[in-house]
Amino acid sequence: MAATLQFDLVSPERRLASVQATEVQIPGAAGDMTAMQGHAPTITTLRPGILRAVSAEGTKAYVVTGGFAEISATGVSVLAERAVPLDEMDAKLMDQLVADASAASSVGVDKDTAEKAMSDLQAMKAAAGF
Amino acid sequence: MPSLKDLKNRIGSVKNTRKITKAMQMVAAAKLRRAQDSAEAARPYAERMGAVIASLASGQGAGAPRLLAGNGRDQIHLLVVMTSERGLCGGFNSTIVRLARQRANELVAQGKTVKILTVGKKGREQLKRDWASAFVGHVDLSDVRRLGYSNAQGIAREVLAAFEAGEADVVTIFYNRFQSVISQVPTAQQVIPAKFEAAETNALYDYEPSEEAILADLLPRGVATQIFTALLENAASEQGARMSAMDNATRNAGDMINKLTIQYNRSRQAAITKELIEIISGAEAL
Repeated sequence: MAATLQFDLVSPERRLASVQATEVQIPGAAGDMTAMQGHAPTITTLRPGILRAVSAEGTKAYVVTGGFAEISATGVSVLAERAVPLDEMDAKLMDQLVADASAASSVGVDKDTAEKAMSDLQAMKAAAGF
Repeated sequence: MPSLKDLKNRIGSVKNTRKITKAMQMVAAAKLRRAQDSAEAARPYAERMGAVIASLASGQGAGAPRLLAGNGRDQIHLLVVMTSERGLCGGFNSTIVRLARQRANELVAQGKTVKILTVGKKGREQLKRDWASAFVGHVDLSDVRRLGYSNAQGIAREVLAAFEAGEADVVTIFYNRFQSVISQVPTAQQVIPAKFEAAETNALYDYEPSEEAILADLLPRGVATQIFTALLENAASEQGARMSAMDNATRNAGDMINKLTIQYNRSRQAAITKELIEIISGAEAL
């Protein structure tokens, strides 16, 4: 049994997951990172992408559109703006998610940021297989 | 003196009213449970968000983002008044409106400019008479069946846009905090500039990309989260208030039925007595 850490995934509307995970792959704003037990305490913002949590029950993947993650030595809590388990995802929901997120990210930011958000969203869409 | 038939009709109609208020109370109770559940489900996110922002904010000096430090003025106050879309919920809307109106009067007396954004139809109706000129917008949630984070984001976007454009310096939201079914506390909460209780900075975190960038990213979300929490609290309060209002109404209808029934029985008895007297005195006269 590998060392585990407490993984919590919460969205504003509900708590999606709260499990003991061996590793959590996080789409950080500055690049992907994997958190395992004993990780240095870190707070990072998320870019739209796929979040994976590996636990004893297997790997669970979630599509997240933004938010942030708080990593400590014993736990990871991800506060995602929108999060949907990958296996509940379909093309229609994905399109809506992308539309919502791009509407949200186009307000009050400069052009570069908006473009980056768009390309992140496209990458997320591709990675999720839609 | 109403006739027996009138009384009977009265009793019938009050009985119907009681049935309706009873049904509304049950519906409110069911909705209240749902509203409380979603308020409960939203809590971990809001708490964590508040804690992280607070710990980030306490490390900020003079160069703090404007959402945190304000834009240096407090001339234009935007009041976001959250009320319900439907009536028949006791004093729910009036208490919020009263608080908002009181604050608005104070601000005007201090020479500030007041702007009002209403969420929910009922508050708008109540504020229309005195403050119509201060209205800057209205958010209609009457089509929303289940409050989602996107509703809060919509409101937050409007508020943030007004702040960015310099059309508002201080933003305060008004809502009813849910305490119990019989008690909802009207609350005014300032969201911009953000106020967070200073948290104990426990662990030293690495920040990626940077502390400032994260804070700048989080603050707008913090505003949306606060608004979302307020909306949910308000929804739960509304159902709670409606439940106790309808409970009262049901009880009053019951009392009224009792009173009317007594009156009905009395006048029936009086009519019988009168007839008897007539018969007896007729017989005695013979």
